[in-house]
Parts: sequence; C-alpha cells; structure tokens
Amino acid sequence: MSKVIKLKRGLDIRLVGEAQRTRVEMPLYSTYAVVPDSFPGITPKLLVAEGGKVKAGTPLFFDKARPQILFTSPVSGTVSAIRRGEKRRILSVVIDADPTMEYEKFEVASPADSTRETITDVLLKSGLWPMIIQRPYGIIANPSDTPKSIFISGFDSAPLAPDMNFVLENEYDNLAKGIEVLKKLTDGKVHIGLRNGQQGVLNRLNSAEQHLFEGPHPAGNVGVQIHHVDPINKGEVVWTVDIQNVAVIGRLFNTGRVDMRKTIAVTGSEIVDPKYVTVMVGAPVVQIATAVGIKRQAAGDSFRMIIGNVLTGCKADADSYIDMYHNQMTVIPEGDKYELLGWIAPRFNKFSVSHSYFSWLMPRKVYDLDTNLHGGKRALVVTGLYDRYLPMDIYPLYLLKACMAGDIDKMENLGIYEVLPEDFALCEFVDPSKTEMQAVIADGINLMIKELS
Amino acid sequence: MKPTFSKGGRLGFLHSTFDAFETFLFVPNTVTKKGSHIRDVNDLKRTMIVVIIALIPALLFGMYNVGYQHFAAVADPVSQAMWLKCWWYGFVRMLPMIIVSYVVGLGIEFAVAQKRGEEVNEGFLVTGLLVPMIMPIDIPLWILALAVAFAVVFGKEVFGGTGMNVFNPALLARAFVFFAYTPKISGEHVWVRGVTKGGEYVDGFSGATPLGYITDSVSSGAATLDFGGTTPMDWFWGFIPGSIGEVSTFCILIGAVILIWTGVASWRTMVSVFAGGLVMGLIFNLVGGNAYMEMPAYYHWLLGGFAFGAVFMATDPVTSSQTNVGKVITGLIIGMLAVLIRVVNPGYPEGMMLSILFVNALSPLVDYYVVQANVRRRNKRLKTAKQ
Repeated sequence: MSKVIKLKRGLDIRLVGEAQRTRVEMPLYSTYAVVPDSFPGITPKLLVAEGGKVKAGTPLFFDKARPQILFTSPVSGTVSAIRRGEKRRILSVVIDADPTMEYEKFEVASPADSTRETITDVLLKSGLWPMIIQRPYGIIANPSDTPKSIFISGFDSAPLAPDMNFVLENEYDNLAKGIEVLKKLTDGKVHIGLRNGQQGVLNRLNSAEQHLFEGPHPAGNVGVQIHHVDPINKGEVVWTVDIQNVAVIGRLFNTGRVDMRKTIAVTGSEIVDPKYVTVMVGAPVVQIATAVGIKRQAAGDSFRMIIGNVLTGCKADADSYIDMYHNQMTVIPEGDKYELLGWIAPRFNKFSVSHSYFSWLMPRKVYDLDTNLHGGKRALVVTGLYDRYLPMDIYPLYLLKACMAGDIDKMENLGIYEVLPEDFALCEFVDPSKTEMQAVIADGINLMIKELS
Repeated sequence: MKPTFSKGGRLGFLHSTFDAFETFLFVPNTVTKKGSHIRDVNDLKRTMIVVIIALIPALLFGMYNVGYQHFAAVADPVSQAMWLKCWWYGFVRMLPMIIVSYVVGLGIEFAVAQKRGEEVNEGFLVTGLLVPMIMPIDIPLWILALAVAFAVVFGKEVFGGTGMNVFNPALLARAFVFFAYTPKISGEHVWVRGVTKGGEYVDGFSGATPLGYITDSVSSGAATLDFGGTTPMDWFWGFIPGSIGEVSTFCILIGAVILIWTGVASWRTMVSVFAGGLVMGLIFNLVGGNAYMEMPAYYHWLLGGFAFGAVFMATDPVTSSQTNVGKVITGLIIGMLAVLIRVVNPGYPEGMMLSILFVNALSPLVDYYVVQANVRRRNKRLKTAKQ
C-alpha cells in the first residue's frame, strides 16, 4: 500500500448544517438550464434555437475557440428560452423538460478495445469532455494534448463537504469503467487521492494509483494532491476529473447514454434538515433548496445560497442551476448587519484562527457563520500567516504580489502553474486585510493564458 | 447621517473621516462579494489593538518610572515610595506627549486618506503610541510633533501608506530626533524629568542611563565598568533612567508573550534578535580587550532598548523580513549589529535603533534570496523531470 502523505498546514472550519446520511431522489423539475459561465474559460456559440427539441445528450452550444468541444443538454425537452445579458452574452439556455426522459444514443465500445481517438470522440460528442479539466490554469482540457497523468481527488475536505464514499456507494461499476476510460487518455497513470482511514467504495478502485492523505482542508483539493505526488512543471499538462464525473463518464460507456444524474449535499445552517439529494445537472437551485427546506427568516434577516462550499462556491440567485462541477449546495445567513465595537469585543460565537479571539479554547465547537466581511480592505500587512494555510512549497504572499503586478516571469517562477484560486481560499478566509485573493489568482491565471497562448 | 458623508453628499469630502469613525464604532455591514463567502473575524483593527494591549505594561511602568526617577533626582524618598504618586507624576508628563503624537500623526493620516479617497489605516494607532515610548521624557513637544510628522510623511505616506513603507516609522521618528536634535535625546540630562531645571537639582545626581555610564567608563579606560549604581536586577525590572517605554525588560516580556500568543508578532524574529545579541556578546567575551567586551553577554538583553526593539520594533511585519527563514536571518543580524555598535562605537551608546533601521533596508534582499531558493527548487524539479 502506498505511504500516507501527511499535511500539517491548512484548516478545518467546523460549521453548523452538515448533511445527514440520507439520500432523497428529487423529482424531475419542469425547467432545467445550462449556464455557459459555469464552464471555465469558454465563449459559447449556440447550436439550438428557442422552440427546438432536444434529448439528453443533444448539443446546445460549442466553444468558439475550440469548436469540437460540445456542451449538451442534461434532459430531454424543448428549449424554452435563451437568456441573454449585456452585449447579448448568453446567460443560460433554458429547457422545459419532458415528463419522460429521452436519450441520445452513443456508440460506445469497451474502453479496452477502443483507441484514444474514439474515446476522445465519444466524450466530445456526448458533451462530457468539459468534465476533464486541465492543469495549469484549470480550464477545459485540450483534446489534442496528452497529459502526463490524470488526477482524481477521492474526497472533499471543504467545510460541510459531501462524503464521496456515501455519494458514490452504488456507483462502483461506473467508477471503475470511468477510470478505465481515463487510463486510455494518458501515457502516465491515473491517480486517485483518498482520505487516510476512510473505507468505502473508492478504496476498491484498484485500477487507479491510490494515494492516502491525512490532514486538514485543503488536503482534498486536487491541486494539493498533485503537488505532493507528481508536481506540475513548466510545459507539463496534467488533467483532473471530479470523482462524481468519473462515474458519469463510466455511465456513458456502460449504457451509451448521457445521464448526468448526481448526488449533491444540501448543507448549511439555514437548511432545516441538511441531507443528500439526487438531481440532474441543470436543476434549479432555488427549487432544490426550498424542497429540502430553508429555515424561516426573522424580519430583516436574509440568507445566501451558494453552489459549492462556503470557501470557493458561487453565489446563487433565482436563475441559478446545478452545474457539472459542484457536488454541494450551502445556505448560510447574510451578514449585512452592523456590530457595535466588534474589533474589541470578545466575539465568542465567531470563528477566528487568531488567538486574539477565543476559538482556540473551543476546538470542537461548530459555528454558524455569516457572510460579513468583518473589517475593511487594507494593504497586505501581516506576514507568515498565509504560509500556514497553503500546504505546498510555494510562498503565497510572493505569488499573490506577482499576480497583482502582472509579472509573468515571477508568477511562473513562484508556482502559478500549480495553483488554482481554490487553493488560496483559506488564505483569503484568514486574511485580516480582506484581500480578494482568489480573484487575484484568477486574474493572474487569465493573464498567463492571454500572454502565453 | 451617512448620506451626508457619502460621495456626492454635502460633506462628501469628509468621506474617509466619517468612515473611520463609523468603523471604529461599528463593524460595518459589508458582506463578501467575491471569493470566500465566510471570513475570519480577525481584521487589522484587531491586530493593531493587540499590539497596543501588549504595549500597556511597558507604558504603565514607564510612567511610574518617570515619577520614580524624578523623585530620586530631587531626593524625595517619601514620594518615591508612593507608587501611585510616582505613576501620576509620569502620567501627567506623558499624556501630552501621547496626545501630540496621535493628533499630529492621525491628522496627517486622515488628510492623506481623505485625499486618496481611501479608508483610514489603523497602522498609526500603534506607531503613535510607540513614538512617545521611545523618547526621553524631557523631549520638547514641538520636536516630538516634528518627528512624528517626518516619520508619517517621509517614512510612510511617500511610499504609499501603511504596508508599503521600507523603514519602521516609529524608529524613523527617533532617528530624526537623534540626528536633528542630538542633545535632546542623548547625554545625561534628558532621561529624568526635572534634572535640567535649576532649583530642585540634586548635587551629584546624574540622569545618565546605565549604557551611558558604561560608555563613559570605557572611554576613560577604566578596568571595571561603572553601572551608575544600578544592578542587572534593576535593569530587568526597570528602575533605571532611559526612554520611557524601554526601561523594564520584565514588562516588555509580558508584551512579548501577548504578541507571540496571539500570533500578531513573529516569535522567530524575537528569538533570533535575542540570540543574535547573545552570540555577539559571547564573541566579545572570547575576544576580550576591555571591560565592556568582557561584560556578561546577557546584560545586553537588559540594557537600553534591546528588548523593546526586539519585541516591538524588529517584529513590525511591514518592514521586517517577510519569509520565515528571512525572519531568522535578519533577526540574528539585528541582534549582532546592535551589540557590535554598542561595544565598538562609544559614540552611540545605543545600537538598537540604527541596527533595526539598517536591517529594515536589508530585509528585501534577504527575502529575495530566500524566495530565489524556492524558485531554484522548482526549476531543478523541472530539469530532473526532463531527464
């Protein structure tokens, strides 16, 4: 068995509202939508018009820069609206779902007997290719690349994250098939990162190279795992796939259908009874949250719905839909309230890593945190703090400053190829200067893409 | 009331000022927009307030010691024994200094923030208290005001404000006085309140600091050092003349514990400064030569501003080294240099200020090499991968 990789740096934020281990199958909703913005770094070009009929797996749009990458419908039905924003930018493609699902049929052979080209072709046509994400930069992989390896994180360590062994407990066949497919795409290995001490369906996936990790968040971030197993150097390409998407890919090769059904954890302190639900990708976030139950709000209170976790997720509104990449929803209170003399008060109910508060006295306490920024934006003053929350051989402060300055050479030297914004989420959380570090890193990555392509 | 002060409001030009007072009273209702939806409650206001709390023991003792030394100078042992009277005496003398420092410094900070349309930074809350604490009690208030203005304008704002400065602003204020008004911050007569005033002057009383005595005895070539009748125990507890905040090593150590425990200041810097001082002292012990060189090395920790500088000045996160390895290296250099200056150059009885300022300038260079090592590791990995 492989040795355990122990990570010391990082932080587990214990929040109220962890999902109970019960799973509810959600009914088919009347409308679904695909949001182009949920896919990293693409410009959509439509393939359907309003009123058009689609099946699950019918292409809806493609990427302007790489037309072979298609994005397909998760359900069958009628395209009821194409919502547009400023400059006619496509916000979402809305589909009124049929009461019974119809699927496009895809010709699939056993991965063992297929060539790399046929597999790539099926993934592109079925719209599952966007599930493959490329490092560096965290964008949809380029079909003509051959990655040096493919990484899958088998656990999520973020606050209130779903337990992947529970989520995928009945999906062994699909997962195993998915890994077989991925193995065809790389000359190297398919690696899977697992939480040391956890046992479940994922441990049985022997065809992938297993690595055991121990330690606080962000041990589950695939970038952290890559860094400790087979770090990305300049000029190298590594692909990553979300573990639930491995099962979706496997399902395609087992059934010939695009079936983007997945289980997500509905979590957070404002959810009455947090649990796991099974939905189709594209399901409306508001309807899922209300079906599970949002707590009654007192006058003047409001809540925030997040697709994903509290550190890296996207803020959701009435026109938000479950996307391909998230396995979690979180609902927490908005913190739009004033607090008298907060900076001097003891603040027992708030969480801080700083010993100038009292969280360190209560390591087992679970917190009900809101979205207040807790301070004003300042220059980056403190040092040595951020290093403790990025378990990589990287100087976060220097990389951030290189990104702010837009210095390509420095960014490259300081490790921009190895990180994504999500890796800086904890640094951002603890930062007393309230710098938007994930946005800084995202800007840095975008600059790299622009300058080096 | 807020709309009046918002942009476009009648008093919109006072936006930053209003904001400073508002956020002082209330943590604002700003919510996260991008990135992490939840945030740590810690902010720079809290960080700065922790430093101020850490300074309080040294400040209170400093006030007490002002009175204690004064009553010693005027030979009033009855008053000297009443600690509250001593403290009150010092408090009354010290209060105007603190007020002047804050009014001048915050005035400039508010004006600059106003002009730039930024929020007012909290950094000066600490600097404003540090400056009077590293001055002699007899410093004229106008010099203090000038020094603060110099430090804030040329030490901080010209670099772009808090977080951008190269030199520690508080030390810059002291350096300004030291070079521009040397007699007001050196010699025998400035460290004790009232010594310079004719009438109550006591025969044979000198207000010189122990470091002053030491340098005097070294320059006169004495075989043994003269500590002016004080003992290392006095130095540790702080019953000696000196800059207001620096005298009591004990109170400074209380502050150090607060700073290290809350994680506000780096223990690496503190420990390595003390270590550097000790190492240099030991080297001098080995070399020998004169009485000062043979003085027990740990005396340096207790004398003058060594402890205060190590705990409150060298650890300034903005001007100190930004990498952990760099912190250790620069800390060692600060400690060694301070002792080197003290022992070798009798012209400057106190080496701490110059040592820290010098290393402030050196820190980016040290950091550069530390970070470069990381870059080399990454490039080496690339080369091995290619083979």
